[in-house]
Amino acid sequence: MAVVFEKPHALTDAVLHYCPGCPHGIVHRLVAEAIDELGIEGKTIGIAPVGCSVMAYDYFRCDMVEAAHGRAPAVATGIKRCMPDNVVFTYQGDGDLASIGLCETVSTACRGENITIIFINNAIYGMTGGQMAPTSLLGQVTQTSPYGRDPKTQGYPIKICELLSTLDAPAYLERVTVTDVKNVKNAKRAIKKAFQNQIEGKGFSLVEVLSACPTNWGMTPTDALQWVTDKMVPVYPLGCFRDKE
Amino acid sequence: MSEKVLMKGNEALAEAAIIAGCRHYFGYPITPQTEVAAYMAKRMPKIGGTFLQAESEIAAINMVYGAASTGHRAMTSSSSPGISLKCEGISYLAGADLPALIINVQRGGPGLGGIQPGQSDYFLATRGPGHGDFHVLVFAPSGVQEMADLTLKAFDLAEKYRMPSMILADGTMGQMMEPVVLPEPQESHNDLSWAVTGTNMEREHNIVNSLYLQPQDLEDMNNQRFARYAEIEKKEAMWEEFMMEDAEICVVSYGITARIARNAINEARKQGIKVGMIRPITLWPFPKAPLAAAADKVKHFVCVELNMGQMKEDVELAISCKKPVDLCYRVGGMIPSPTEVLEAIKKAM
Amino acid sequence: MANHEIVIAGFGGQGLLFSGKVLAYAGLLEGRELSWLPSYGPEMRGGTANCNVILSDTPIGSPIVEKPDVLMVMNTPSLDKFEDTVVPGGKIFIDSTMITRKVNRTDVEVYYVPATAMALEKGLTGLANMILTGALLEKTHCIKDESLDAALHKVVPAKKPELFDTNMNAVVLGREYVK
Repeated sequence: MAVVFEKPHALTDAVLHYCPGCPHGIVHRLVAEAIDELGIEGKTIGIAPVGCSVMAYDYFRCDMVEAAHGRAPAVATGIKRCMPDNVVFTYQGDGDLASIGLCETVSTACRGENITIIFINNAIYGMTGGQMAPTSLLGQVTQTSPYGRDPKTQGYPIKICELLSTLDAPAYLERVTVTDVKNVKNAKRAIKKAFQNQIEGKGFSLVEVLSACPTNWGMTPTDALQWVTDKMVPVYPLGCFRDKE
Repeated sequence: MSEKVLMKGNEALAEAAIIAGCRHYFGYPITPQTEVAAYMAKRMPKIGGTFLQAESEIAAINMVYGAASTGHRAMTSSSSPGISLKCEGISYLAGADLPALIINVQRGGPGLGGIQPGQSDYFLATRGPGHGDFHVLVFAPSGVQEMADLTLKAFDLAEKYRMPSMILADGTMGQMMEPVVLPEPQESHNDLSWAVTGTNMEREHNIVNSLYLQPQDLEDMNNQRFARYAEIEKKEAMWEEFMMEDAEICVVSYGITARIARNAINEARKQGIKVGMIRPITLWPFPKAPLAAAADKVKHFVCVELNMGQMKEDVELAISCKKPVDLCYRVGGMIPSPTEVLEAIKKAM
Repeated sequence: MANHEIVIAGFGGQGLLFSGKVLAYAGLLEGRELSWLPSYGPEMRGGTANCNVILSDTPIGSPIVEKPDVLMVMNTPSLDKFEDTVVPGGKIFIDSTMITRKVNRTDVEVYYVPATAMALEKGLTGLANMILTGALLEKTHCIKDESLDAALHKVVPAKKPELFDTNMNAVVLGREYVK
């Protein structure tokens, strides 16, 4: 019987622990497909964050390192400086990358480290049970913004692609989402490009994936995806912010 | 390479790290360790190594964590306030069983403290600098030669036992120059099969990790680690004895204060006082055995240190409080004079 | 040779650490035990600075000089700070251009050398430290005369070899002044 669809080799057989309807599974698959298609599994080293994807080290078949909260870009820097011929990527959420690890994110981008960052922005802290994230939208109700995020006391959503595009060094910055087939295919293209860039030595590449958190948003998976389209995309416009030749 | 050269402690340490095979240095400026960074900034590019001035102490230790994950010898250096920031990363290094070298050229504290020499990070270093149950190997050089020699030792033992090492120096050790014979490189045969280097599609993936969500797994990991620590306590404690043969008073001191105590002991001997010194070279593992043995012979112990008596507690534990232990100390960057130490010795008579 | 515990003190930028290094390197070349310890921190950047040098034939304990037998001072605050620490019979070398007061002690040998003025007059700007060092060497013989050459070569930056001659001239000037 002809095989028409299979799991990417770069994913292990471990059962994902993610909630039903969580797009992490989709993005994991896209990363693994990119690794497979580029034939780089044997020389890829991935870094898992602290957050929902903390156990990504069990899911990817390449060598993996678990980093402290927010420090993945620094850990990636250390690895890449030792192993410049290997492919190094981090997989981080919004609390990890845009809050506690913002200094590492900006500095690593500023140095133009030749690494790939996959940034999952779902506007909430998932693993700890739904607290306000730096990327939570104005008015968004979370455990720690029970009356809705109020800009007077809780500030505004942080826009990572826009922020990083003020720097000279980054090679590639793009924001995508995975709400439907068209967008998933586009996200795949961007993620693969972010790896390809590293192989070509172009430098720092980051793909921000607008994602959903049905569990902590208190929505069905389909409503959650609709919320990404209706509420998040207007605040976080999709598109490419930097693509150095 | 047996020629004597004149070097600052910080520079001898940095060169020794290079001799030990370290090609990856990540740091952040802070007095009084900055010569280490400056030396590495000059040397590393010439030998194909990495010198990276990180955005923070936190980033620096995490870069070390990344570099160490790949099985390369990596290091960072800092001084007391910076070490506080690195504690998170040191705990992760210990939890992931990674070897690495951390240099702490101590200054006075707490808080921003001062920039003159201190030994007030003794507890921080010897009790496990960070959250969780763990130890790091702690070496306390008492001269420029030891700054170099112990750096090699620290790298080798860190790799052998898969744990972080710390050189716990002080501002004086870092800044002073003395003649030093740079050590010869040593061959190392430590197992590095755990490192993340890419599977090359030839093996299962390696995972560097300190997360164990199953309590039983985590307890097992802790027990395994402490079994290793027990072996280290048995085998790796280092110390030096000075004029202990007939001593009735035993001075216990390390680093710069041991040098000062030496002057005081020489003077005391001239005055007919039977005093000697046990100088711990490793602070963890602490040289308990020679102290316990001394407790059966001497009448009194005198600890000399640049803190409010942190090592004194370890001495009391090592001798099971069999004999009185006095403390001669200065803090805040102040350093006791040999005369002050001599007075403390006389008081103990 | 006799053991010496030396304190060299003045303003940061006067070349105090440099003078100390010359003595230290000479000690190294003579195969003696030695230590060199600078003060460090903000005081290096314009305030008072000093360095301690010990030359000995037995292993050195503390590198911190508590009671120097040789004191070289290039500003008044340093003389105020260290005058009383000198051992009886010790030697004090004073840049008398920078320090106008006299030493109060009567149990020490004092050499007043207008080093800064001499340096200006002889076109050796910035080398008052080495003029005073010359006086120190002449009167203490803390290092062998023949070690000086090699020591100075070690301390003068390789990129500025011309500084060797000017430093040496300064040392000779200081020596002659106290002869």
